[in-house]
Amino acid sequence: MNLKRLGNQTVVFANPPVILSSYSVVGPKEGQGPLGKSFDKVWKDGINGEKSWEVAESKMLQEAMQGAMDQASIQKEQIDFMLAGDLLNQIISSNFTARQIALPFIGLYGACSTMALGLAVGSMLIDGGFAKKILVGVSSHHDTAERQFRLPTEQGSQRALSAQWTVTGAGSVLLSSSGVGPRITSATIGKVIDFAVKDVNNMGAAMAPAVADTILNHFQDIQLQPTDYSLIASGDLGGVGLGLACELLKQSGIDTGTNFTDCGVLIYDHTQDVHAGGSGCGCSSVVFAGDILQRIKAGELTKVMLVGSGALHSSTSALQGESIPGIGHAVVIEK
Amino acid sequence: MDDQSSPKPAIPVTPEKYQKLTEQYTPKPTVIKNVVLAFIVGGIICSIGQIIINLFISLGLARLEASTAATATMIFIGALLTGLGIYDEIGKFAGAGSIVPVTGFANSIVSPAMEFRREGYVMGVGAKLFTVAGPVLVYGIATSIVVGFAYYLLH
Repeated sequence: MNLKRLGNQTVVFANPPVILSSYSVVGPKEGQGPLGKSFDKVWKDGINGEKSWEVAESKMLQEAMQGAMDQASIQKEQIDFMLAGDLLNQIISSNFTARQIALPFIGLYGACSTMALGLAVGSMLIDGGFAKKILVGVSSHHDTAERQFRLPTEQGSQRALSAQWTVTGAGSVLLSSSGVGPRITSATIGKVIDFAVKDVNNMGAAMAPAVADTILNHFQDIQLQPTDYSLIASGDLGGVGLGLACELLKQSGIDTGTNFTDCGVLIYDHTQDVHAGGSGCGCSSVVFAGDILQRIKAGELTKVMLVGSGALHSSTSALQGESIPGIGHAVVIEK
Repeated sequence: MDDQSSPKPAIPVTPEKYQKLTEQYTPKPTVIKNVVLAFIVGGIICSIGQIIINLFISLGLARLEASTAATATMIFIGALLTGLGIYDEIGKFAGAGSIVPVTGFANSIVSPAMEFRREGYVMGVGAKLFTVAGPVLVYGIATSIVVGFAYYLLH
């Protein structure tokens, strides 16, 4: 009966959902980065005149989701479900955005993998016949994440070289059962993998095994190889995690070649003092909603695998000495 | 399409082996550079403190009073630079050089005060004021009590 299920962890869509539109909003640091021009909107500062960073993050997500609807000229009444997630406790940025947009709402938490998770779940809902249009939105904010997970932002301390910089950004994608645009053809839902990394300043290392495992299983399930894809992009492994994921895949007999990159590596350059690269839900969501989708539409990329990477710990679990469980979700997008 | 018989591939690396790989791929901290910068910046901060002490002595304060007044002045400067958003930039550059002096202590109190004022003055600023400095105070005071006892017994 499992006609759309392939292998152990992969679903292949019978009527691949279409990405009708996408919209990305970022903070100033991301705007100054190498992908600055690919974003739809760049804020001048992180707070944008709001009374707190948390409110600003929620507004940013709202702008991105509204922007995606506007770009496709779709009214919110035409949308069946809104899927959203972020990094803050109880996903408040998404909840408050959902309060404003007032659509039937499914809150998601996949840590930094939430964009890929949202695309996978949204595509399943559409291909399963439960919805015609789904709006997916994901956000993170450097300052809200810093104060929740680490130290006050004005505290003068040095960050580890393996540490990553949480992206201030919100990305949104509008999925539809019909229309013109890139299509999501398959998705591989990841397992939680924990290789006993405990260093919260080395999140890339904590997530790399989960990403490698999902990629390995994807190729096993779907019987393809890295060379069948024009780009494989992990969400936010950063420089350290990307190197480790390549190494793990190599030891598993998969040559990732030159098509394997990471959104966290792409979003900043070396002069921006971010150490190992970008992180956060916003990282893969804005790079995907901006640069990657534009390159697919331009014909430069024909088949892309986005592997969202999430570190599923909390500040409490880290303080209590628990290791950091990782997860990776893959979605395949074809022109 | 039957998934029951599909092989389940797994990464052929144990967590112990992965730990070694992680060490290999993680950049090493730039210890020498950090130590030199901490030494220079920490030295500059302490020299400024000494200049202020000498200034107060030249203005007629006794040595002990001048030290106390200079400490208060340095705390004020640390707090002001934190408020202006400069101290965290110094900290990024100097590391321990700007954490250890009393200006760093001021930074560790003022930064949570700024950060949590949006959660209100009682449960925000009041409750979170010592999130960074709290452990330093607890163990600093505890250590000084132990040292005090030792001093008393030895004399």
